[in-house]
Amino acid sequence: MGFPHPSHPKETVVLSQYFGAAEARTYDGWVARGGYEGLRKALGMSREAIVEEVKASGLRGRGGAGFPTGLKWSFMPKDVVKPHYLVCNADESEPGTFKDREIMRWTPHALIEGCAIAAYAIGAERCYIYIRGEFTEPWAIMSKAVEEAYARGALGADALGSGKRVDMILHRGAGAYICGEETAMMNSIEGKRGNPRIKPPFPAVAGLFGLPTTINNVETLAAVPHILTRGAAWYKALCLGNPKSTGTKLISICGHIQRPGNYEVTMGTPLKEILYEMAGGPRPGRTFKAIIPGGSSVPIMTREEAEAALFDYEGIVEQGSMLGSAGLIVMDDTTDMVYQIWRLARFYAHESCAQCTQCREGTAWTTKILERILAGRGKQEDFQLLLDLSENMTGKTICVLSDSCAAPVVSGIRKFRSEFEAYIAGAREPTLAGV
Amino acid sequence: MSSHSTDGTAAVHEPVFTGATRARLEAVFANYPTKQACLLPALWMVQEERGWISEPAIGEVAEVLHLTPAYVKGVVTFYTMYHTHPVGRHFIQVCTTSPCNICGAEDVVKALLAATGCGELGATSPDGRFTVIEVECLGACGFATPILVDDDFIENVSPDRVPDILQRYP
Ligand SMILES: Cc1cc2nc3c(=O)[nH]c(=O)nc-3n(C[C@H](O)[C@H](O)[C@H](O)COP(=O)(O)O)c2cc1C
Ligand code: SF4
Ligand code: FES
Repeated sequence: MGFPHPSHPKETVVLSQYFGAAEARTYDGWVARGGYEGLRKALGMSREAIVEEVKASGLRGRGGAGFPTGLKWSFMPKDVVKPHYLVCNADESEPGTFKDREIMRWTPHALIEGCAIAAYAIGAERCYIYIRGEFTEPWAIMSKAVEEAYARGALGADALGSGKRVDMILHRGAGAYICGEETAMMNSIEGKRGNPRIKPPFPAVAGLFGLPTTINNVETLAAVPHILTRGAAWYKALCLGNPKSTGTKLISICGHIQRPGNYEVTMGTPLKEILYEMAGGPRPGRTFKAIIPGGSSVPIMTREEAEAALFDYEGIVEQGSMLGSAGLIVMDDTTDMVYQIWRLARFYAHESCAQCTQCREGTAWTTKILERILAGRGKQEDFQLLLDLSENMTGKTICVLSDSCAAPVVSGIRKFRSEFEAYIAGAREPTLAGV
Repeated sequence: MSSHSTDGTAAVHEPVFTGATRARLEAVFANYPTKQACLLPALWMVQEERGWISEPAIGEVAEVLHLTPAYVKGVVTFYTMYHTHPVGRHFIQVCTTSPCNICGAEDVVKALLAATGCGELGATSPDGRFTVIEVECLGACGFATPILVDDDFIENVSPDRVPDILQRYP
C-alpha cells in the first residue's frame, strides 16, 4: 500500500499488506497472518524443487539489475562440499529508493522467512543480512525479530523442526553507497574496504570468504515466501501482458508529488496511473517536468516519456530508461535541472571507490564542469566535454557506478539542453559561486 | 599509549575491549569465520563506547583482531560513518541528495547550522553540543528531509521544526 497513505484501489497489495500494522512485527503476529508457512513448506521440499518453483514464478531481482532469481540460485554448486553463503542486500542507498526500509520496519519476519528459504535452496546454512549503518530503526527491529525467530525455533540448528540448520547474522554497514554493489558488499563483510571485485569469478563460484555465494535484494527475498505458499502460477499471473515481468513491485515515489510513499503495483501498470492516481499528481498549480524512474542511476525521462510508459522492466526501457530499483524521483516545473544533475554527479563523485581511473577522474571532472556552468562560466565546448567524459565512463570500469553517473548527465543534456544553454549564455543568474 | 585530544593535552588510552565490551566482541567472533571480518563490528563498538575512533583505539583493534594498525586505518577511513576526530555531543547528519534537495534540504541545513551555532558543516558548536554534516541519500527520500541525530532517525524535517528538535538534545 502507498505507505504512509492508505491503500489505493489500483494497487496490488502483497508485500506491503501489513505496512503500518505493528503486530505483524512480532513472531506470533506474523504466524497469525500466515507467516512461516512458506518456510515450513520449503523445508519439506528438495532444494531443486524450490529453485524450479522460483524459476517458474518469473521473479526477477529487485535490487536493480532484474536478473532472474531462480536462475541465479541454480548457478550454486549442486553438491555442498564447502560452505555456501546467502547475503541479503539491505544497503538501500540508491537515491530515490526507500522500499527495503519499509519491508524491514514492518514485516521483518517476511524477510527472515524469505532468507531462510533462499539459504536452504542454495545449500547455505548461514545468511548475512547487510543493513546500511544509517538504518538504525530497521536494525533494531530486525535484531529483535531474528532473536525471536531463534527463540521460537524458526532459525538455528533445527529450523522449524526440520533437522536443517539456518543461521542468520545481521551485519551493519558504516556509510558507503558502493557497498550496495554485490562484490563490494562481500569485501565489506570480510572486514575490508568496500571495493568492488573484478568478475569473474562470479559470486556463485567464489564469493564471500572465497566460497559459493548468492546475493539478493531485500524485496526479492521477501517475495519468496508468497511464491512458496501461493504457488509460482499465482505469482506469474500477476502481470499485465508482458510475461517477462511478473509479480508485484514496490515503487518508492519522492520529490515533487502530492503523496510520496511506497506503492505496490502489478508489473505492467501504466506509469501515468501510478503518478497521477495513486500518488496524487503534481503539487497544486504545477506540472511534472522530469521523472527518474529507477533510482538516480538511470536515464532521466521527460514527462511525455513517463506518461507513455508501462511500469515493468521492458516498458521503461521502451521509453528510454531503466526500471532499476524502482525509486521514482519526480521533478516539477520549478526544478533547475542543471543544478540537480550537478548534485547527482557530486553524489557519484563522493561515492566512487576510486579504483578505476575513468570513474575517479570522470565523476570528479563532470562535477567540476557542471559547477562551472552553474557559476555562469560555462562554454559551448562543455557539452562535448561532458558527453566525451560520459562516453569514457560507460562500460569501461569494474562496476557500473561510473555508468550511473553518466546516465543522468547524457540524458539531461539531450532532453533539457536549453537549461544548460541559459546558464552558458548568461540568461540565467548563476546559482553557485563556482570553482 | 597516548594521544592528543583536541585541546592539545595528552590523554592515556583506556582499553575499550575489557569486561562486558570484551565479552560482546567474543560473541561476535562466533559470527564470522575470520577475525578480520569482525573489524566493522569492532569499530562500531569503539565508536559506541568512545564517540570516535582514535589512533590508539585503532592500535587496540588491530591487536585484538591480529591485523596491522595501517590496515585498520585504511578500512576506517573508507567508511564515512566512523569518526576519526572527536565530534559534538550530538552528531547530526542531514541528507541533501537530489530528491531531498528539491524538497528544501539546503534550507534545513542552513537552519541547523544557525540554530546549533555550528556555523559551518563539519564544525562543532562552541559549546561542544553539536556537529552538523551533510550526507548522501539516507534511504528515506519520501520523507524529505530526513536527518539522523545520533541514532535517532527523524523524518519530514523542515526549518521551522528545527528548534523543537534540537531542544530534545541537551
Ligand atoms: C553502485 C551499486 C550500488 C548498488 N546498490 C544496491 C543496493 O543498495 N541494494 C541492492 O539490493 N542492490 C544494489 N546494487 C545491485 C547489487 O549489486 C546486486 O545486483 C543485487 O543486490 C542483486 O540482488 P537481486 O538479484 O535480488 O536484485 C547496487 C549495484 C551497484 C553497481
Ligand atoms: S566504477 Fe567507480 S565505484 Fe566502481 S569499482 Fe570502479 S572506481 Fe570503484
Ligand atoms: S535523497 Fe534524501 S533520503 Fe534519499
